[in-house]
Amino acid sequence: MIKAQTLQDLFKRYRRPGDLFYSIICVVFSLFLAFNLRAETTWVDNTKLFAQPAFWPYVAVSAMTVFSALHLVSSVVSPKLDGRWQEVGFWLRSVEYAGWFMIYVITVPQLGYLPTTVIFAVALCLRLGYRNARYLGSAALFAVVVVVIFKSLLQVKVPGGAIYELLPTALRSFFLTYF
Amino acid sequence: METFFAGVELLMRWDVALALFIGSVGGVVIGAIPGVGAAVAIAILLPATFSLDPIVGLTMLLGIYGSSMYGGALPAILINTPGTAVNALTTYDGYPMTKRGEARRALALAYSASFWGGIFGILCLIFLSPVLALVAPHFGSREIFLAALLGIILVVLAHRGQVFAAGGLAGFGILLHTVGLDTKYNQRMTFEQTWLTGGFDLIVVVLGLFALSQAFLLLTEKDSAPDPQPVDGSMFGAMKEMWLYKRVATVASGFGVLMGMIPGVGEFTAQFMSYTYARRTSKTPDDFGDGAPEGLIASEAANNAVPAAAMIPLLALGIPGEALTAMMLSVFYVHNVIPGPQLFQTQLDFVYALYIAMILLNVIVIIFLIFSTNMLTKIIQVPTRFLGMVILILSFVGVYSLRNSVIDCAIASGFGVLGLVLKRLNLPIVPIVLGMVLGGIMEVKLRSAMIRVKQPLDFVDRPIAAILAVMIVLVILMHIRTLRKEHKARLSEAEIDHDLHDSQTR
Repeated sequence: MIKAQTLQDLFKRYRRPGDLFYSIICVVFSLFLAFNLRAETTWVDNTKLFAQPAFWPYVAVSAMTVFSALHLVSSVVSPKLDGRWQEVGFWLRSVEYAGWFMIYVITVPQLGYLPTTVIFAVALCLRLGYRNARYLGSAALFAVVVVVIFKSLLQVKVPGGAIYELLPTALRSFFLTYF
Repeated sequence: METFFAGVELLMRWDVALALFIGSVGGVVIGAIPGVGAAVAIAILLPATFSLDPIVGLTMLLGIYGSSMYGGALPAILINTPGTAVNALTTYDGYPMTKRGEARRALALAYSASFWGGIFGILCLIFLSPVLALVAPHFGSREIFLAALLGIILVVLAHRGQVFAAGGLAGFGILLHTVGLDTKYNQRMTFEQTWLTGGFDLIVVVLGLFALSQAFLLLTEKDSAPDPQPVDGSMFGAMKEMWLYKRVATVASGFGVLMGMIPGVGEFTAQFMSYTYARRTSKTPDDFGDGAPEGLIASEAANNAVPAAAMIPLLALGIPGEALTAMMLSVFYVHNVIPGPQLFQTQLDFVYALYIAMILLNVIVIIFLIFSTNMLTKIIQVPTRFLGMVILILSFVGVYSLRNSVIDCAIASGFGVLGLVLKRLNLPIVPIVLGMVLGGIMEVKLRSAMIRVKQPLDFVDRPIAAILAVMIVLVILMHIRTLRKEHKARLSEAEIDHDLHDSQTR
């Protein structure tokens, strides 16, 4: 929903709760990189400055350090916004779905693309609170359509599942190629 | 003319026609669903297009890029939620028109203004091609370096209100490009980790920042399902009204072309300038923001003129101006088609084929929209968390099919969480992507440019290099001037909107 009250608001990005926390993390990360620059880059003898392998990492880390320090200062001097820790909590809650994604990634080579995608789609729908057969059926159907389009038709590189080795010979090669 | 027909011939294939149709219609549907957007769709489809011919893959991606903004106007007008980020301004006048029972009129004006802008942008591109073919060869290493530097500076300064954060993120993008082994096998920023030796793949980063972050965001937020009302009556008849506002549409398209050509600027600046112009020259300026047709037309014509114009720096100089063209650049590279000055000399038929494909996609889209608006209102009713699940499953194909690497997926997940944090903070993602791409270009071009430079001023002793250097200085000075003006006219803290902006979460 658009909540900007003026045209200027629509094009300008104002601070949100969590900005200070983010700016502190950025400064710490930039300083960590800055302290490690010497050890992590190479200065080659008899080579001009702009051709040095270390030149661009120095430029990048310097930009990060200066800008994140300025961002931190602007956050510190700005009035405090309520809801900082709720916002950080929201960021952390999203990590759960990164975990779901990684479980999906690890399971595909074992169970195969088609079975894993169908199980994953339905399981995630249940986790999201959909109990209705219409949604669960749609999720399973969607999973099948995705596999057919990408693996069977477009032949994208997704390996066959280890479980397919248990299938009879005729079916095995069919599943390994198409699902 | 012979080259033009050679370009037409390139398109006369069933697979190109199919890609164009899928891209155009798919782009409208994707654009119409709030929470997806062209960037997410292109990021997901990118690896799948690598196995296709360059003309097929690029036609499909161009179709999505050019048509998503048409679709994005639909929810912007009907439910006050922009389908894509650049349709945010459309809500300003589109939704008030819907509230007073003029939904069909608003949609028809948006579609026809989009078509006007789209075709105007492509015609400009076609007429500019001979000029580009003449000028582009004068861009040597130092000119391309300066153009890329200008792009980085503009993308940072364009994020008004968050310039420091945007600068830090652009620096982070440049850093990501440097990680790994350089051309002479020196380790850079690898921290003795073998998984960092190969560096960060642009597609993995883009998929994480755009697609996975959007999936995580939708999955973590509360569920909601838009419920737009169907639109009655003939769309075609209502579209004729656009002719009354052809001046505004043409000027807005002109702003779109101008801003689209400049790397790092894009749709938002074009819209801002068009909208300001339309309001200033209107007989009823007070109606703006309250359902003014000219406001709606200014917004839609400007943003649809940008995709064609954004192809100019990409094709002529190999410099992407924003995230979507940066993604397309990787398709060129994968197929060993190197955009830049040589492209106009050696593969002009290919360039013409892309232009014709863009015209065709606009025609396909407008015909599709005339007949399918009510069908689209049903598609956009998908609940947001279900949509998150859909994006997550599709993102897997994008990341995993690249190299079947679990590490790539883990990196993409990490960038997904980072993208979510940035979106929640109203901070931009584009500087990271452009920093990564332009950082690579700048490193190579600066190294080769400096071979012939003895004194610092030698760097700008050629006319184009001097113009670009002056532009860089002017842009910075103008920004400082704007900052001073804004500081004097700043809003009080209580008046500032600290809510999450929908226009800034894509």
